[in-house]
This record gives sequence, structure tokens and C-alpha cells, in this order.
Amino acid sequence: MIAFENVAYSYGGGELLSEISLKLAPGSFHFLTGPSGAGKSTFLKLCYAELLPTAGHVTIFDREVKGLSRDEVADIRRRIGVVHQDCRFLDHLPLAANVTLPLTVSDREVSNDDLGDLLSWVGLRHLADALPPSLSGGERQRAALARAVIMDPEIILADEPTGNLDWDMSMRLLQLLAELNRMGKTIVMATHDLNLIRQSKTMVAARVLRIRNRRVQLAGADL
Amino acid sequence: MLRTALSLLGRGDRQADRVVPPSGHTAWLTSFTAGAMTFLAVFALALSLASGRLADRWSEALARTATVRISAPPDQMEMQTRVVLDILLSTPGIASARALTDDEQKKLLEPWFGPDLPLEALPMPRLIELTEAPEGYDGEGLRKRLAGEAPGAVLDDHTRWRRPLASAAARLRLLGIVSIALIGGTMAAMITLAANAALAANSQVIEVLRLVGAHDGYIARAFVRRFTLRAFTGALAGAAAGTLGVALLPSTDAAGGFLTGLGFTGWWWFLPLALPLIAAIVAFVATRHAALTKLRELM
Repeated sequence: MIAFENVAYSYGGGELLSEISLKLAPGSFHFLTGPSGAGKSTFLKLCYAELLPTAGHVTIFDREVKGLSRDEVADIRRRIGVVHQDCRFLDHLPLAANVTLPLTVSDREVSNDDLGDLLSWVGLRHLADALPPSLSGGERQRAALARAVIMDPEIILADEPTGNLDWDMSMRLLQLLAELNRMGKTIVMATHDLNLIRQSKTMVAARVLRIRNRRVQLAGADL
Repeated sequence: MLRTALSLLGRGDRQADRVVPPSGHTAWLTSFTAGAMTFLAVFALALSLASGRLADRWSEALARTATVRISAPPDQMEMQTRVVLDILLSTPGIASARALTDDEQKKLLEPWFGPDLPLEALPMPRLIELTEAPEGYDGEGLRKRLAGEAPGAVLDDHTRWRRPLASAAARLRLLGIVSIALIGGTMAAMITLAANAALAANSQVIEVLRLVGAHDGYIARAFVRRFTLRAFTGALAGAAAGTLGVALLPSTDAAGGFLTGLGFTGWWWFLPLALPLIAAIVAFVATRHAALTKLRELM
């Protein structure tokens, strides 16, 4: 679904990532870990064409990203759900409108029942009319997850989604991601929380990628 | 382009419109700019049309008529008038010639001397009006012939004073057209600035929309519709105020004075209605260009 071939990314004269070659298989679950500033967010941005590699090739859904037009990039993003640590919303629109935003921009509609089911799944049905600034950190993360999955994407990329959450809420979010993975979604979750990764073993068969010395490696049993 | 702009105004995309938060100062700035510029454009339009009418009238008169003025002692006036009329009617290229009556001459002098002028007591010259045939006459030849046969007769073909006036009126018309173009350009520049400010203020909104897969056209549409509608409503108010202002100007007097003739006639009164549409198209083009340029700067 996503393939990196000798990918490097440089910024401000320095190389942040280099010689990355890997493939994310359909239905897989990957944790991406590494210290702060290692390049986890950059790696994820390369995965949804927010950034273009400065060397090598990134292929998403069998399309080389360097040759894509802006609208083609937008089309690809409709097939990828993204959840950020500092998830952003349109603050003047209620939660329900924010969650359905990917459908709105694609000129598609969702039934109230389906939207209600989705909001119930993330435990936010009672907050459908609330404005984003009134939501807590955990509620915002779950709303971002709902927004990320409403288009039924094939891939979900989560960038430190539990960074601002307490342990219980982190586990709740992890459970939701694990459920999505069982439904066949490909998941990549960046986190520096090793405890969370260890706890996930009971929920999902995940592989761990670690960024070290600008390279992405498959982590061993030391986690 | 026109159809797209009108469609955007009429039907629009309410969903796209909603994703951009209601903005503050750029909203009234755009409407005010469009209104003020359209108000000025109405006057520039009226000026251009009035000077156009004047230029046409003067040019037509310049091309078609001339006057022969006869200054002679009272006892020779009748004879010289007959001689001049004979010369004129026998000159090729002159369609008609006739001596103005005393009443007509009195009327010409009325604006300066009042209605009670004792014309018979004054040594007034006799005026003969001639109308030129399409093929035209030889002015120089006619002058020589008049000098030989009627020494008191002077041909005045109006060229001296009508040509500069007609030229000035034509330039005034051009100035009006240039003013309208400048007003349109200024409006486009102001709306582009306002649109850029709105786009910069909503960079986070754009970022979110890009993240969830919005095409550039969709994002641009959200801004374009808003600015087009604002420009249209502002221009509508400006056009209404400007037309009212022109309508309240003093009406054209019998002499057809230029300043009192500044206005519209007949169907031309509907012309200012086109200005809001033009303003909407200008806003549509300016905002769309600004939005797409700004979006291309973002990844």
C-alpha cells in the first residue's frame, strides 16, 4: 500500500531520514517509535504526501508521489485517515460537522444513523453538537479518529495520538485502533510510549519500527 | 466565466461556504470597497456618456453647417443678403441656405441681452445659415467669391471653435472610460488584498481541509463565493446610490449645457445595473486567482 525505496528527507541542510526502504502490507499494524525529533512525524508525512522525499521513491497505492498533481494528492488523502497529537478542527463547526468534513469536501453524504453509530463507537454521541474548543484532549483525539475513519480509509496514520492523554484514555484509543485493524485497516501509529506498545500485544499483532540514526529499523525483543 | 460567476452567486455551494468561518473586517471592507468604487463608476459612466453625446452633437454640427455674417450699411443690407444667397445657392456642395429672421437672431442674443432687445435700433449683422451637402463645398473658393461680390460677408464654418470643443469632449469621453477601467482595477486590487488577508487568517482551516482531502477548487470556491457575493451586494448599493445621485442632478436645460446634461437618457438609465455584475465578475476572477495562487504555495 505504501512503499519506500531508498528514501531520504533533508531539511535545512541536514538529513533527517535516509536510506529507508520498506513496504507497509495491507492489514498490517505498525508502531513507529523513536526519541523526540527522530523523524517520526516526517516519516508519517511522507506516507500521506504532505512531504515529498528529497531522494528515493515513495509509492502510495501504486502511485509515485513525486508525479502526482495537487488534486491527485487530495484524492489519495481521501483513502488515508490521519490523526495528529494536536488534532486540528474547524472550531466554528460542531463536532458532527467536523467528523463528516472528509465526506463534505468529497461531495458525499452520510446518514444520521451511520454518523450516530460512528460517534457512539468513539463515545462522543452526546457531544455531536459541541464545538471543538469545548472538548477535552481525549475527546478531541477520539473525534479525530472518527473523522479519520469516516471515509472508510484503507490506511490510518496516527501521529502520537496518545501524547496528551492519560493511561486509560490511551488504552481506549489503542483499542479503537486495534478494532480498525481487525476490520482490515492498515495502521501506523507513532508513539514513544513503550509501555503502550507492550500492552498492545494482548490486542493486536503489531510490528515495531524504530527510527535510529536517521534510519528506520525493525525493532527487536528489547521493547 | 460569466456563467460560472452567476451560478456561484445564485446556487453556490453552501457546504463549501460553511467551512470558512465568518470573517470580520474583510467582510465589510470588501462590500465597502465595491460599493464606493461602483458609486464612482456610475459618475464616470455618466460623464463618459454625456461627453460622448456632446462630442457627437458638436462633430455633427461642425460637419454639416456654417454661417455667413453680413456687415453692411442698412440700405445695402437687403441687397447684399440677396447676392450672398444667390452665391451660396449656386455653389456646388451647399444643400441649402437661408437668412435668419429677426426673431431668430433676437433669440440667439437673448441669453446675453434679455428678451426686450430693440434689434431694429442696433446695427446688427445679418446671419445666413447654410447646410452642407454630403459631397462638401470648397470653403476657400467660396470665401474668395464672397470677398469679390459681397465685401461685407464673412464665412464662418465654425471650425475654429467647434473642433477643439469636439476634440475636448471626445477626450473627456476617453477619460471617463479610462476612469472606469482604473476603478475596476482598483477594486480588483482591493478585493485581492482582502482575499489574501482572509486566506492568511484561515491558514489553519485550509490545512485541515487539505488534510481531509479537499481539492484546491473546493477550498477556493469557499472563499470565492463569499467575496463575490460581498462585492455584488456592495456594488448594488453603490450603483443605486450613484444612479440616485445622477438622477438628482439638475435636468438638461434648453441650451443643452454640459454640466446640466450629465446623466443618462432613455435605456441608458439601466446601464448602471450592469456595474454590480461586472463588480461580481471582477471579484470572482480576483479572489479565484488569489486563492489558487495562495493554495499553490502550500503543500
